[in-house]
Amino acid sequence: MGMTMTQKILAAHAGLDKVVAGQLISAKLDIVLGNDITTPVAVNEFKKAGFESVFDKDRVAIVLDHFVPNKDIKAAEQSKTCREFACSHCVSHFYDVGKMGIEHALLPEQGVVTAGDCIIGADSHTCTYGALGAFSTGVGSTDMAAGMATGMAWFKVPSAIKFNLTGKLADNCSGKDVILSIIGMIGVDGALYKSMEFTGEGVKTLSMDDRLCICNMAIEAGAKNGIFPVDEVTNKYLDGRSERTPVIYEADADAEYEKVIDINLSGIVPTVACPHLPENTHPASELHGIKIDQVVIGSCTNGRLEDMEAAYNILKGKKVADGIRVIIIPGTMQILRECVERGWYTAFIDAGAVVSTPTCGPCLGGYMGILAAGEKCIATTNRNFVGRMGHVNSEVYLASPHTAAASALTGYITEYKEA
Amino acid sequence: MNTQGKVFKYPDNVDTDVIIPARYLNTPDANELALHCMEDIDTEFVKKVQEGDVMVAGWNFGCGSSREHAPLVIKTCKTGCVIAKSFARIFYRNAINIGLPILECEEAAEEINAGDEVKVDFDTGVITNITTGKTYKAQPFPDFIQNIIRNGGLLKSLKEGNGNG
Repeated sequence: MGMTMTQKILAAHAGLDKVVAGQLISAKLDIVLGNDITTPVAVNEFKKAGFESVFDKDRVAIVLDHFVPNKDIKAAEQSKTCREFACSHCVSHFYDVGKMGIEHALLPEQGVVTAGDCIIGADSHTCTYGALGAFSTGVGSTDMAAGMATGMAWFKVPSAIKFNLTGKLADNCSGKDVILSIIGMIGVDGALYKSMEFTGEGVKTLSMDDRLCICNMAIEAGAKNGIFPVDEVTNKYLDGRSERTPVIYEADADAEYEKVIDINLSGIVPTVACPHLPENTHPASELHGIKIDQVVIGSCTNGRLEDMEAAYNILKGKKVADGIRVIIIPGTMQILRECVERGWYTAFIDAGAVVSTPTCGPCLGGYMGILAAGEKCIATTNRNFVGRMGHVNSEVYLASPHTAAASALTGYITEYKEA
Repeated sequence: MNTQGKVFKYPDNVDTDVIIPARYLNTPDANELALHCMEDIDTEFVKKVQEGDVMVAGWNFGCGSSREHAPLVIKTCKTGCVIAKSFARIFYRNAINIGLPILECEEAAEEINAGDEVKVDFDTGVITNITTGKTYKAQPFPDFIQNIIRNGGLLKSLKEGNGNG
């Protein structure tokens, strides 16, 4: 029996010819990542354990993105801990204000992560980089500390669910509608401990931003990782961007999957996950009566250039509905700069939206758009748990940039239809 | 290793945002964070929990964010153990790495009620509901993971040279 794409990457990094699902291995890491919330805990553990140096100063990435520019004194102290650690260990991929972006938008954009990599990050959405054909998974701060010290991590080799994609998305749909539909279908623990391997003819119709969005929310189905094969779209994206040479792995033809699920992209409709679980999905067209107070377009899920473009195409020359707060957060400084260069920033302001510097901010209820009791927000973020964006009695509806922007114009959850 | 205490019962899909809301994550201080453990779904937990008490929950406990602060606050509240039908994978990993005892046992998680007195033996995986007299057997950890737990967590295990096998 052959190996899945994930198993092949893990075997190579464990120095083994073959691994099987359930096997415990120790694998070599290409990148170890942390942010301003998880790194201080890791630094503390690193020091407590008596480690003196990181395994490779070029293979550790520390991104200040959750609460920066610092929202308060305590957050500033956490950033300071990260900054001092990065400085004292000469961490080359340290991203502070002015250079930072939302980590999972930033690392692929900057070419820090690439195809064939084995990556851990102390952030659950580290699974995003599977879009590039890498094995990448979220861990906690202690694993980050151990990874920084040794360059190794232990894994239980996952089994996999294969998603066979066919067809092509409609113009008012994007990767977000695909992954929300899948989570709605299999549930928030539908892929628990497993890989989600995306394959099939439909893959080539998906842009890199779509794929990054789809892999980003693999964790919302409980998955260990999500992964796409490397194709022309991947190579074009990585070319001239990757710091290291990409390595291409392919699933064996006789790889074993726990399940194969067929997804016809042509049948995907604009989808919204209602409170308080990402699996609580409905077609946007069935939710038109729900009045909203706030719209957030951004996050590691949907803060990329295509997301900004979708928002621009819908909001340009229009006005957001009265009484609606619209917050747009480009994912990285480069994306923010593009929004300025292309005139999108001005169009957003003219429409009545505000534009922030990159931050995770409202997605996790940190700052920059916290909800009061009883308020509803449609957001392109990734979680709609109780209290996720503010008060325990507030509500978050997860949607694509198309649906969020269309809703900003009406004040109600609205499916986008091209005029 | 054992624990014995009263049960706090929770539903399926308890996420790390309700275990410790992100609005408090501007500090890594475990004692400060622990004051808000479970706050968004159970404001009474922090007031009532006593050393050795047991959390019992449904499927997918600890889903969502990778924040290690979540198992850390549960441990800092002196909770003796979490029993669930299943755990989200990052929470599972983090709990082992920081030394919070957890057990997967569907039957126990289904039948044990809030307020029951429960005793847990980690060496054997036997869960005894003292209130009802019924016993359950949880899935034991693989040896590799038991080794990490015996060594007192991942980093201590690495220092001992046993954690990367």
